[in-house]
Amino acid sequence: MEKPADKYIADKYINENPMVRMAGIHKTFNRDSVNERIVFTDFNLSIRRGEFLSVVGSNGSGKTTMLNILCGTIPQDGGAIEVSGANIDRLKEFERAKFIGRVFQDPSKGTCASLTILENMALADNKGRPYLLGRGVNRSRAGEYRAMLEPLGLGLENQMHVTVGSLSGGQRQALALLICTMTPIDLLILDEHTASLDPRSSETVMALTERVVLDKKLTTLMVTHNLRFAVDYGSRLLMLHQGVPVVDVSGAERSAYSVDDLLRKFNEISIADGNGI
Amino acid sequence: MDVFMRLLVNVLEEGFIYGLMTMGVFITYSVLHFPDLSVDGTFPLGACLTAALINAGVHPPAALAIAFAAGCAAGAVTGFLHVKLRITDLLSGILVMTALWSVNLVILGGRAVLPFYNKPTVFNTGIASLLSGELYKRRVLIIVAAIAIAIKLLLDIYYKTKSGLLLRAVGDNAQFVSSQGVDPGGMKALGLMLGNGLAALSGSVLAQQAESANIQSGTGMVVMGLASVIIGTSLLGGVRWIKATTAVLFGAIIYKAALVAAMQLGLPTNYLKLLMSVLFAAALMAGKTLDGRRAHGKARR
Repeated sequence: MEKPADKYIADKYINENPMVRMAGIHKTFNRDSVNERIVFTDFNLSIRRGEFLSVVGSNGSGKTTMLNILCGTIPQDGGAIEVSGANIDRLKEFERAKFIGRVFQDPSKGTCASLTILENMALADNKGRPYLLGRGVNRSRAGEYRAMLEPLGLGLENQMHVTVGSLSGGQRQALALLICTMTPIDLLILDEHTASLDPRSSETVMALTERVVLDKKLTTLMVTHNLRFAVDYGSRLLMLHQGVPVVDVSGAERSAYSVDDLLRKFNEISIADGNGI
Repeated sequence: MDVFMRLLVNVLEEGFIYGLMTMGVFITYSVLHFPDLSVDGTFPLGACLTAALINAGVHPPAALAIAFAAGCAAGAVTGFLHVKLRITDLLSGILVMTALWSVNLVILGGRAVLPFYNKPTVFNTGIASLLSGELYKRRVLIIVAAIAIAIKLLLDIYYKTKSGLLLRAVGDNAQFVSSQGVDPGGMKALGLMLGNGLAALSGSVLAQQAESANIQSGTGMVVMGLASVIIGTSLLGGVRWIKATTAVLFGAIIYKAALVAAMQLGLPTNYLKLLMSVLFAAALMAGKTLDGRRAHGKARR
């Protein structure tokens, strides 16, 4: 049987030059106040080309802060970030978005509610090029968009002129995933993207995620609270605790990792923190 | 009957003139969700600039274009204050509105009113001079309607372009715009420029029609614009084949009709601004009730 870890990294995509490198990251919120919270002191993370990294961790472990720093939503206090060998510290969030795609937990963030499916896709299709006075929706591309929607099996291909605001959370999230991977990107970030969906929709969206990642051979960073998704999907598993990776497994070790192993680790940490008794 | 016709023509003329400004307010208020008060300053900016330009011998259509550009520039300042200096939306508008009062005074050479009677305007040169007989008598209505409808059609086309779609997206979901690799702040500034450009254009048309510019002509423009937008969108917003721009133009005409009707019923002119505010509040309430019913109707279907 194919191990989950094996299918993501074909040898040719492994490259010694990492796709993402976060080096010596420091971040403290509300410095010098009673609410001071130190999230990262000297945090380091490298993600290889073609790797699918799943990150778990309890609330406050620094998962979301890590994504926000990587995407440029908030600045780091110290350290450097490289994507595909180039330093991106000076780039703003919207500039990084050209090569980092992000699907948010909130399905309403990834799409625009007052525009139609077709208009949303047309805007995403133009990413990286200027948005000027050309026709917004290129009719000749509509067939291609339809072909992208059909495999989702959500019936979206027959609602291309419906405004996105009237779709369900699962449909919007599937569309958001499609939209942020339409143009070539270096890194796909999944920010608890199934957390606000019902169980069936989250299965659908997760299956779609895997298909997109495999099809486009994307380097992926997924943060999730769903331990089963973390174990079932991805080629590398990372557990964060107080801004430090306490589990970081890949390859055969990763394939042997189970939800029970993760739960045991969570409990160990919890007891070490004095919450266990 | 003659009196009624005259009133109707008057309502339509003013409705189309202020409708230009209303289409601008629609961009800032409804598309960007930005309550932009700078309109109270950019409307008279267009009027004052036009008076100064026409007195200096500039072609009337050129005066329209320059007024539009000046309005855009003022909108860019509002955008800069809000986006770059992170001043709240209301305050950014108030700052620009206040600053423009001085700018307008300087443009008028320190006077409060600057007439340019019998000078060329869009209403007595160019297309207007081609009209004959009966049509010439109605030239003001014909020309203001032509300008308003032309701008409406241009806006309809713009809303379908890449830039237009992104502008509609930014008020709704700034994160989405950012995710497409575009600075949402820049799109907001663009919307403010367009909105204030249209307000100044509206002021320019009004000045050319009155052959005079008044520095106080901007007072209450925001209220009038917002009321017209809300009247138009709540009355016609639910009708699928009516575009928002059409609804908003219609709103401006209805609003003017309501004002004129009140005046005809004997309301003293002093109460005009009070009535404008009352109408605005009434439109807001009515809009909410209508929207509520519509949402309720949809849920039941």
